[in-house]
Parts: sequence; C-alpha cells; structure tokens
Amino acid sequence: MAKADKAGGKTERPKPDGPAGKLVAIGEHVTQQIREGESPTIELTVRSLSNVVYDEDTQKLGVGDKTSERSFFNVAHAKKFLQTLEVAAIAKSLLDIGKHASLRDVFYMAKRTIPHTKVNVVDEQTESDKAIEDLEILTGSTREQLNINANKMGSVAGNVVIEDAGDMIDWSKLGSGGWSIPSNVESITFRKVSAKYVLYMEKAAVWERLHEDKFWLKQNCIIMSSQGQSTRGVRRLLQRLSTEHKLPIYVLTDNDPWGIYIYSVLKYGSISLAHMSDELAISDVRYLGVTSDDVERYKLERHYIKLTDKDLARLEQMANYDWFKDHAEWQRQFKLMKKAGAKVEIQSLSSRGITFISDVYLPEKIRKQEFID
Amino acid sequence: MAKGKEAAQEAGKDQTLASFSDEKQEASRATGQEEKQAAKQKEAAPSMPIAHELAKKQRDIGVGEFFARNKHLLGFDNPRKALLTVVKEAVDNALDACEEAVILPDISVQLIDMGNERFRVIVEDNGPGIVKQQVPKIFAKLLYGSKFHSRKQQRGQQGIGISAAVMYGQLTTGRPAKIRSKIGKDHLAYVCELHINTQQNKPEIVQEEEKEWSKEHGTRIEIDLEGSYQKGQQSVDEYLKHTAVVNPHVMIVYVSPKAEQLIFPRVTEQFPKQAMEIKPHPHGTELGTLMAMLHDTQFTTLQQFLQNEFSRISPAVAKEVCENARILPKTKPQDVSREDAERIAKAFQETKIMAPPTDCLSPITQELLEKGLKKEVNAEFYAAVTRDPVVYKGNPFQVEVALAYGGDQPKDKQAKLMRFANRVPLLYQQGACATSKAVAGTNWKAYGLQQSGSNLPVGPLTIVVHLASVWVPFTSESKEAIADYEDIGKEIKLALQEAGRQLQRYVHKKTKVHLQLERANIFERYIPEVANALKRLTGEDEDALVEGLKAMVKKEKIQETIDTMQAVNAEYDEDWARIGKDDSEGPEEGDGSGKEENGTADGEGDGNGLGSAPKKAAKGKKRD
Repeated sequence: MAKADKAGGKTERPKPDGPAGKLVAIGEHVTQQIREGESPTIELTVRSLSNVVYDEDTQKLGVGDKTSERSFFNVAHAKKFLQTLEVAAIAKSLLDIGKHASLRDVFYMAKRTIPHTKVNVVDEQTESDKAIEDLEILTGSTREQLNINANKMGSVAGNVVIEDAGDMIDWSKLGSGGWSIPSNVESITFRKVSAKYVLYMEKAAVWERLHEDKFWLKQNCIIMSSQGQSTRGVRRLLQRLSTEHKLPIYVLTDNDPWGIYIYSVLKYGSISLAHMSDELAISDVRYLGVTSDDVERYKLERHYIKLTDKDLARLEQMANYDWFKDHAEWQRQFKLMKKAGAKVEIQSLSSRGITFISDVYLPEKIRKQEFID
Repeated sequence: MAKGKEAAQEAGKDQTLASFSDEKQEASRATGQEEKQAAKQKEAAPSMPIAHELAKKQRDIGVGEFFARNKHLLGFDNPRKALLTVVKEAVDNALDACEEAVILPDISVQLIDMGNERFRVIVEDNGPGIVKQQVPKIFAKLLYGSKFHSRKQQRGQQGIGISAAVMYGQLTTGRPAKIRSKIGKDHLAYVCELHINTQQNKPEIVQEEEKEWSKEHGTRIEIDLEGSYQKGQQSVDEYLKHTAVVNPHVMIVYVSPKAEQLIFPRVTEQFPKQAMEIKPHPHGTELGTLMAMLHDTQFTTLQQFLQNEFSRISPAVAKEVCENARILPKTKPQDVSREDAERIAKAFQETKIMAPPTDCLSPITQELLEKGLKKEVNAEFYAAVTRDPVVYKGNPFQVEVALAYGGDQPKDKQAKLMRFANRVPLLYQQGACATSKAVAGTNWKAYGLQQSGSNLPVGPLTIVVHLASVWVPFTSESKEAIADYEDIGKEIKLALQEAGRQLQRYVHKKTKVHLQLERANIFERYIPEVANALKRLTGEDEDALVEGLKAMVKKEKIQETIDTMQAVNAEYDEDWARIGKDDSEGPEEGDGSGKEENGTADGEGDGNGLGSAPKKAAKGKKRD
C-alpha cells in the first residue's frame, strides 16, 4: 500500500474494513497495474463445472483451484472487466451509505449507455448478476454481505412461528398466500417449530393445491415452494430448518432432468454457487418424487411428454456428474427415463382426482418412507 | 425393302460366308425387325421405292446457305449482338493486318444510325492494304483467308468472320458491302461493292473502280445492316474499350450512332512482341490433316516433308519417325497410303519430339494488364500474373490473369470477369467459357472471398483472364467462349491461384489490421468507464487512469499501417471506366436492360454475359 501511495503521491485515506475494504483492494490492484503500464487483469476462480469438485465425505460441491484471468485488453473480456469494476463501485457505495439494493436495483444502477456510443455498460440483468457472483468470490463475501439482496420468491406455510424484524409471524395463519420468503433470512429467529418435516416442491401451483387442501395441517409439516430453481433465501431457510431443527426435507419435482437438478442443487450445492455450498447445501434432503416408479405405479404413462433433444442432452450430462455417477439408484432412474424417452409433470397426478396428491400420493410415500437419498 | 428380304435370306445361309463382304455383314445384322418394317412399308407405299422420291430432294448445301440459315453460329443471334459482331470482325481483321505488317494501328470506327433499325458500320485502318485480286474473296467468300492454315497467335482464325459480316448485311438490307483498299503511296485505291452468292459461296462484284485516296495505305469497309444500338454491357463501346485496354499500342477513334466521338489513345509506341508463325507440331496433328498435308506438299521425299512441314523435326528425328513407321524416308509423300499415314501418326506419338517453340506467343504482359485494369477499376489492390507458355496437343498457349480487389466495387455482388483471347475481348457466352469454369472451380474462400458451390466468387473483385495461343479452341464460330479443354482450364486455374495467393496475403493483412483497429476502438470506448469505476472504488485520479490506459491501446500505429496499405491508383480514369457501363439515356436502358434483352434473345440465356453464371447455378440447384 505504501508503495502505491508513493507512486500516486497521495495521502493515506482511512481504509474501510470487511467487504468494503476487499472491494477497494480489487480497485487498487487494477490502478497499480495501470500505473506500472501493465495490462490490467483480475484473477478469478473459475465458476464452471470444470472447476467444481464434489467432496464425497461432506456430499457437497466445492470450488477447485482453477483460476482464469479477466483482462481488459482482451476483446472477449473488456466488457466483463468493466462490469466487474462498475458493480464493485456500486456495492461499495451501498456499503458506504448502509442501504440494501436488490439485484434488479444494481442492474439499473449499472445500466447506462457509454457516451458517444450505442454500447450499454450492461444490457441484461444476468450480466450484473454474474458480476455480483464474481465479486462474491473475489471478496469472499456473500452478496447479502455486500448489501445486495435477491427478489423475494417463494412461499411457505406450516406449524411454525418466527420472529422477523421484531414481528412475530405464524406460518399457519397467513391466508391463502402463505409467508413470502425474503432473500435474506439470516436475521429471522424460529420461535416455535412443531412441524415434523418439510415438503419442498418445484411448482407454486402444487403448493397452492396442497395449501388449499390444508395438507400441512393434516400432516403436521411445512410446505415450501419457489417457482422453478430455488432461490438462495429458500435454500438458506431450508438449511436452517434442517440444521437447527433437524427436520427431514422432502423434495417433489417433475420427473424430468430439470426437476431432478433442482433436487441436486438443494442437496449438493449448485455449480455456479459452488463457493457457497457450505451456507446453502443441505445433505439431509430426500427426493420424494415424481420417480419413474411412480409413473408405473400410478399409471401416469398416458401423460408422458416426449423428451426433447435438449432434455436428453441434459439427462446425459447429469448422469455424468460426479455426485450422480456412482449413485446406483439415480443411475437407475436416469436409465428408466431415457428408456421411456418421456417426462411427467407433478400435476399429472391430478388425473387420479384433484386431491389425490394430498390424500393418497404424498401420505403414502411419506408413510412408507419411499424416497431417494 | 429389297435389302430386308436379302438380309433374311442371307441370315438363313452360312454366316461365315456373309461376313466376307462388309455390305453383306451389315445386312445380316438387320434381321427380323427390319423385315417387319419392310412389310409394313410394302402395304403403304406405291411400287416405286421411296428412296428415289427422296433422292430428288437431295443436293449440295452451299456453305453460304448453311451459314445464312444458321446466323447464330456466327454471332448474329439478335440485332444488338449483330452490330457488335460486325464491328468486332472488321476491327479484328484491321488489327491483324496492321500487326502483320508491323504498323502501329490507327483504327477508325464509325456507326451511323440510318433509322428503321438500320446501321452503317465503317471501319478504316492504316494497314498494308489488300491487292485488288484478293479483295472480293477476302470480303465475300466464306472460309477464305490466310489465317486458317497458319499457326500464329492472331485474332482471326477461320476466314469466316468478315465475309459473314458482309453476308449478314446483305441478308438484312440487300445492300452490298463497300470496300476500299490501297497498298502503297504510288498506287491508286481499289474500290468495289461486293455481294456474296450464298449458294455457291462466291463473291460477286457489283461495281468496281480505281481512284485516288488521300491515305498512304490502308483498308476501309462499309457495311449496312439491321441492328440495334445500346450502350452498357456487351455493347460496341465496351468491346472497343476493352480492346484498347489489352492493345495499348492501338489508337481507336470511335463515333457512336449518337454521333459522340470517343478516342482511345495509343498508350505506348512500343509494338507488342511480334507473334511468330509456327509450323504444326507432330503431337497436335491428326490423321486427316497429315494426309492432306502429304497430298499437298511440294517436297519430294517423306524425310524432307517431315523436316520442312513440321516444327521440331530435325533430320535425325525425321529418320526416327520413318523407322518407327516402317516406311522408307525416300518415299514420295503422295505415294503414302492411308495405312502408312496412320503408322506415321502413330510414330509421331512414339518418337520423342521436342515440344513446339513457345516464344511465338505475344502475351499482354503483367505490367500492361495491371495498368489497363487500374484505368478501368478503382480498387485498393491489384495483382497480375503471366504464366509461362505451355503446350496443349501441339499448340502452345499462355495464360494471363489480373485481379483488382476492393475499392469502389460492390461487396455483395458476384465478381466481374473480363475475358480475352488473343487480345480480343469476349463479351458473350460467359457461362460456357473455360475461363468462367476455371474461375468458378477455384476456391476463392481460401483467398478471403465468399463463394457458394461452384459459382463465381462474391465480393469486390474484378478478374481478367487472357488466353494467347496459336489456336484458341472456341466453342463456336462466333468466337465468344473458349472451349473447356482440361489442360487449358488447369492452366487458367493455376494462374488464378497464383494471383489469388497474392490477394490472400493482402486480404489477410487487411483483415488483421482492421481487427486490431476494431479492438482498439472497443477498448477506447470502455476506458473512461473503467477509469470512472476505479475512481469511485479507490479515489484515484480519473484522468491519469484514462491516459494510462489509452497509452496501452496504440491506436495511432494501427491507423498508420492501414493508411500505408491502401494502394494509390493514379491510373484510374472515371470517364473511361464509365464507357460501356451505363447509359445516360435513361434507367430502362441501363446495363440491366442490356442484360435482359440479350438474355431473352439468346434463348437459353447463356449468352447473357455476367448474368449467366448465377442463372445457371440457380437452375442447377433446383434440380438438386
């Protein structure tokens, strides 16, 4: 630091600590390179499957030690390089003023057209989201620690009482919508948890079905959902219920490669957030359905939807993941799905009656403890 | 009928007997089927054999009659093309005559619109003139001339062209051609009006006289014909301009039917390398030709005949040929039988004979080709290649190629192809020409251009191909396209590839520096933003960061490289380039309409110059 100051001829400014300090360090690394006439480059840990390591002992995905260089004077990197620094500056300003912003907010804060060009700093939110993920790795902080929150997505209902920001909230008394799960669940406290297990499902529509049937009441459980791939808030909440209250967690998804991957992310961690598996992965998650065996048992074959080429490619890819490769039961499931060449949606169970899922299918499976672990 | 019966009888008899005579053998092959047919005919026909009836109609066909009816074979398919063909034949003849006499050609071409779609074509040269006795035959007898039998690189080949032009004029207007020729200072000019007797292929002198002509020597021909004049592609204008491009030693003064005068000045006083006449080479001589030569020769022994009538036959080689043919060298050429001649022809192939001399050719040369192209096309890169002469079937030939790339040329259209044979521009039948096939068969993608399948490449490119040979194999008498002989096509391709590689190097370098510039521009765009973000993160001085980053881009150096790469073309002449391209008369007469008219008039559309290749390709695709 002293060296940099000498070269810049500046007086020492007070250094912020924590995440903010780490953000500043990234900037100083780059300015020093520029002063010394070196090509500005940021070293990043690779966040792709090639650098994801599956730890068999912990059953969690982790990040390997492969790094890549993001260099400004590389046409393919230049824009990303700018986006990383831009988002870092935004995050620092948030920390400086002590305010939180959503991912969408950050996108709009970064989005502008570069003067005299038709080029935007960011065109889509995925770009700023990626930059935030990069900063998480670079600073070793979660985005929540950088004062950036995801959108609320996901609902929960069940025999649980929590305290959040001074309010007591009873998950069994929140009408038809349930409690919507915030992106940051670190500050909530569980006051009373009488439910026996958690049922997490891929489809919000199925959650509404079960909520209307008061399934959670009859079964004394928690039902939770977030449309599609689960958000971090949902994953973190599930992890806390699992670790703090030892509740078993059952997952219900469509019988297709994408549904099974939702389960995979919950259990082992995701490839893009492998660096955060410790906070997010939950080893005590079980796959309840819909399995290929269910299809046979409940005669769902007539609701088969043919697998597309994309589905098949994804299926192939998943079968080769380290954490599934040697898993006999999953390999059997993949084989059955491939053999059928078709997928089945959760809702196809409704063909046996609208309340079949809550009256028969789920209670039976849970009673018989029929799941894939 | 009678034959059929006989055949049946013969077939029944001993086959071995029948096979003794050729005629009988043939008859014996025709068996039952012919008999049936004969029986049918018997019922239908009267007693007199039909053959006698038919015989009444069978008679000689005059070569004149034949061509009068098959005008398209000579390039008179439609009125516009007819006008061009007449001009072309007259100019080609004039240039050949001047060059033979080593006179720098001054050619005057005048087209007069006589109304009613009639034109008068007047072509005058300063050549050596033609002696009085020869004038009628040269201008009014088809297949008469000096060039057919000589092996020399020249424009005319067959002795058809100019007389066909005269005949076409006569057929369409009924008027005779007017010829005036003077052979020297102390002579009077011979002036005559000529008709062709198409039945007998004989000249008929309508009127003749001798009179003063201010010119020292030269020839002037005047032909009236039915035609149509249009500027643009495939026009007289374009033909004359391209002629001037590849004949820089020629001056042409041209007066168009719109009474505009265009002067194509002489670019160089230097006479092109003299094309030499060579004797036929044994390897390119076919049996029939050999027999005719044996019959006509002045020499008294076979040895002398071989030594003197062919190129590359030394006394030793002549003896070897005789030995290989098992004929005495002393044999009288006229006594050589067909079988003997066949053995000689075979001996030609078996005996090792040097390839014919190739110094007899007169290429345009790389330098002049490039210069001419620069005048015509404003491009950024030029390349020209003159290949060494090679021999095909005893005929020496030489290929030259020039390319003009980039500049003002359209990027999304097919490359423009300019074709020349023995310094004559070829304007029609591009699709059928060996040059187009060679261009289409060359992989231009390797040289940085676009190309789909076997089509002409797409991109800002003009390609010039010149074939010089003592005998150019045209696809037809109208001399519009070069026949696609393998060896010729191969040689053209090699020349194109050689030029293409030069182009590739240029395109590659150009792409590289432009890419560098593009990258530099991208970085420059981001620099202020990066500096700003860094300032917000670290408080560092923004301007210093901008300067630091900009110094690393090195944009000035890249721009400098680009500037030095652009060729400066001082030769380009905008007015010149416009000749033969556009028509100031109006949009419907632009080069598009020229194409269209010729496309339809040519029937199959293969005469349609530039448009032909893509059209054909499209047809081919549909069939696939």
